Amino acid sequence: MNDKIILKYKVDCDDFTRAGEASSSVKRKLKLMGFDPEIIRKVAISLYEGEINMVIHSYGGTIEVIISPDEIEMILVDKGPGIENIELAMQAGYSTAPDKIRSLGFGAGMGLPNMKKYSDDLNIESIVGVGTTLRIRVYVPIEE
Amino acid sequence: MTIEKFVECFAELKVINKGTQLDREVTGPYCCDLLSIAMSKMPQGAAWVTVMANVNTLAVATLAEAACIILAEGATLDTDALDKAKEKGVTVLGTHLPVFETALLVYNRINE
Repeated sequence: MNDKIILKYKVDCDDFTRAGEASSSVKRKLKLMGFDPEIIRKVAISLYEGEINMVIHSYGGTIEVIISPDEIEMILVDKGPGIENIELAMQAGYSTAPDKIRSLGFGAGMGLPNMKKYSDDLNIESIVGVGTTLRIRVYVPIEE
Repeated sequence: MTIEKFVECFAELKVINKGTQLDREVTGPYCCDLLSIAMSKMPQGAAWVTVMANVNTLAVATLAEAACIILAEGATLDTDALDKAKEKGVTVLGTHLPVFETALLVYNRINE
């Protein structure tokens, strides 16, 4: 596998019934391609947290997943309120999610910290009132 | 123990949805209601005991490759979640027992 494979998904705001579709689909494809289960787990966790964040906080957006032999890059672009204080948002336990979201089992302020923990590189660019772009990378160690 | 056998041997647990892949192994119970933790820590093949009964529970169970979901404390799936369980082929069981007692029951039965 030398070529890059690019997968694209659309995420709608407030659509919890479809949240997780992108991560499930990427997980299935990576399995078929024979990636290591630990790599797949890291990708699935980071991407699902990202998807859920888009559903909860944004007005909708897109996910692009670029699969290369040596890394999996996920680019999540949304239109929305943006993140006012990224440093604060990265702190475990900090959340701006409403009670409705907490009652669904989220909103504990673990999304971004989980993404950081389970990825190898996380880059957040956000403009308040415009939207947020996340670039998440998971590296694939090449076996000699 | 396979999911098929697991479902049969628990008279205490009501079958809410019988999923597909019933030949997979149930490795043990796992308890957590916070989905971010459940997704990252749940072992594959777990019988996931939770009171969270919405579509997100189904998504997390699928991603974490849980063997089944056991809804404790009388929690039930709403229509969207039941549809999702059927679509994804996830086995969902239910009980009025609390979380700990449910997990203990599962643990003891699997390790008998």
